[in-house]
Amino acid sequence: MKQTIPELKKTATEMRMKVIDMIYKAQSGHPGGSLSAADFVTACYFYDMRVDPADPRWPDRDRMILSKGHVCPIQYACLATLGYFPESELDTLRKEGSMLQGHPSMNKCPGIDISTGSLGQGLACGVGMAMAGKMDKKDYQVYVVVGDGEAQEGEIWEAANTAHKYQLDNLVVFLDINNLQLDGTTDEVMPNGDLGRKFDAFGWEVLELDGHSMEEIVAALDKCRASKNGKPKCLAARTVKGKGVSYMENVCGWHGIAPNKEQYEQAMAELRAQLNG
Amino acid sequence: MSELKKIPTREGFGVEIAALGHENPDLLVVDIDIGKSCKTGQFRKELPGQYINVGIAEQNGAGVAAGLATCGKIPFVVTYAVFGSLRICEMIRQEICYPNLNVKIACSHGGVTPANDGASHQSIEDMGVLRTLPNMTVIMPADYNAARKLVRAAANTYGPMYLRFTRDAMPQVYGEDVEFTIGKAHQIQDGKDIAIIANGDTVSIAMEAARELETQGISVRLLDMHTIKPLDVEAVTACVNDIGRIITVEDHNIINGLGSAVCEVAAEMGKGIVKRVGIQDQYGQSAPYERLLAMNGITAGNIVRIAKELL
Repeated sequence: MKQTIPELKKTATEMRMKVIDMIYKAQSGHPGGSLSAADFVTACYFYDMRVDPADPRWPDRDRMILSKGHVCPIQYACLATLGYFPESELDTLRKEGSMLQGHPSMNKCPGIDISTGSLGQGLACGVGMAMAGKMDKKDYQVYVVVGDGEAQEGEIWEAANTAHKYQLDNLVVFLDINNLQLDGTTDEVMPNGDLGRKFDAFGWEVLELDGHSMEEIVAALDKCRASKNGKPKCLAARTVKGKGVSYMENVCGWHGIAPNKEQYEQAMAELRAQLNG
Repeated sequence: MSELKKIPTREGFGVEIAALGHENPDLLVVDIDIGKSCKTGQFRKELPGQYINVGIAEQNGAGVAAGLATCGKIPFVVTYAVFGSLRICEMIRQEICYPNLNVKIACSHGGVTPANDGASHQSIEDMGVLRTLPNMTVIMPADYNAARKLVRAAANTYGPMYLRFTRDAMPQVYGEDVEFTIGKAHQIQDGKDIAIIANGDTVSIAMEAARELETQGISVRLLDMHTIKPLDVEAVTACVNDIGRIITVEDHNIINGLGSAVCEVAAEMGKGIVKRVGIQDQYGQSAPYERLLAMNGITAGNIVRIAKELL
């Protein structure tokens, strides 16, 4: 199951292609954030996480929560590729009757550990799962993807406090710091300051990294898995919204719209070139 | 019965949740700092491994409970009614009701029972708001024994539930052997002239009204509608068909609570008349509990007056 770093880089690009393809076919969805979280989510599923696609609710599995639930296309791409459901389902994203809701639903889609979509809530759910793991003496890890815009929600910090109190070293937050949110840059809308230092002040172990460097992501995941120091982990990752598609990179407007035919073809051509290059 | 000591229904919750915790190691309490007031002290002392306190952070408490429930735990989130409903309403919707997780929200300080705390703590909208969330069950027991029985029933029934208790002491209307089924009205007495449907702390007031009406030769069917969702539609339908004159009584806004739920059934049947006794769509103040009820017409005398007008 564990891919090598070169394999992971290739897989991340393939996942990006699936993201663009499904959002294009749906003509609806959130490409920007899906692409900024793509390398981390890919590394989790294809390198680090202990999961069983044939038994999505295996009690000992590692958990993945997209607290910024709108970036679910990247998780759907990974789940389909691992065989949680047929890849043909990806063509049904956001369509009536689909298991692939616009925001993830745990009771419709196998492999989704909690329903999200309302920002700020996923970390508290991850705290609950990590707590249950400690109570039941299980050694699973819980991963939560939190957006930097999302970190403006107060509940994130309530949950950060609780994770520290209960010494949840089995909890890992991937802080996707792409500096953009729907209405503009985070500095314009609501400056976050240094989010890594904030988590540090909350008693977390903070690792700063380039969120698109597979080498750094894998090293961070290894470190988190090995560390049993009683501290929850925060991977404060510098990322680029829209990463991998030139015209989407760092462009706020690509938060929540689908590409047209021409844009789709350009995006796929660029990603194909990255795959072969 | 009036000789029996009055007890807050939160005490019934506290005793029963501890007993349940001993029986089931997966049953947890998630306190939000005010456990002493919500009577989780015994649970905390006797079952520290099943006890969580997330501090003054209600939204987080709801999310933590949801996460625990996905792992097979049965968390009871414990706080005051106004916070456990309105403050965390959207967390309950997104992370508990939409995924249909086995989380119980157990709240003291229901209705105007935190009387001298004033309007900020008097929860008059909670049951109505939570009634509109799909998958949610909404319960208010009438007294100490009812609280114990309904907490046990809630713990043993899958699904999101909201339970509401009183801060202030309430008369004991039931003996220890009383039994309740979630979603089924508990008939206290049968009658043919007037149906009174009450719940929570107003059940004892409705009983007092029924006794007075009976002395005046008016026969009363009295139901304790402890569960307003799912509503016992069959019992309400029978009241409409058999009697046709219904008075609802609740320590809750007359908008969207028990009275509204009963009206929905009668209106769809196209017959019967329903009069609602409850909080008159207004905020309270720091005042004695009985005075707050009186300001809203929630008294045995007013129920008697309305009953006679209906006849």
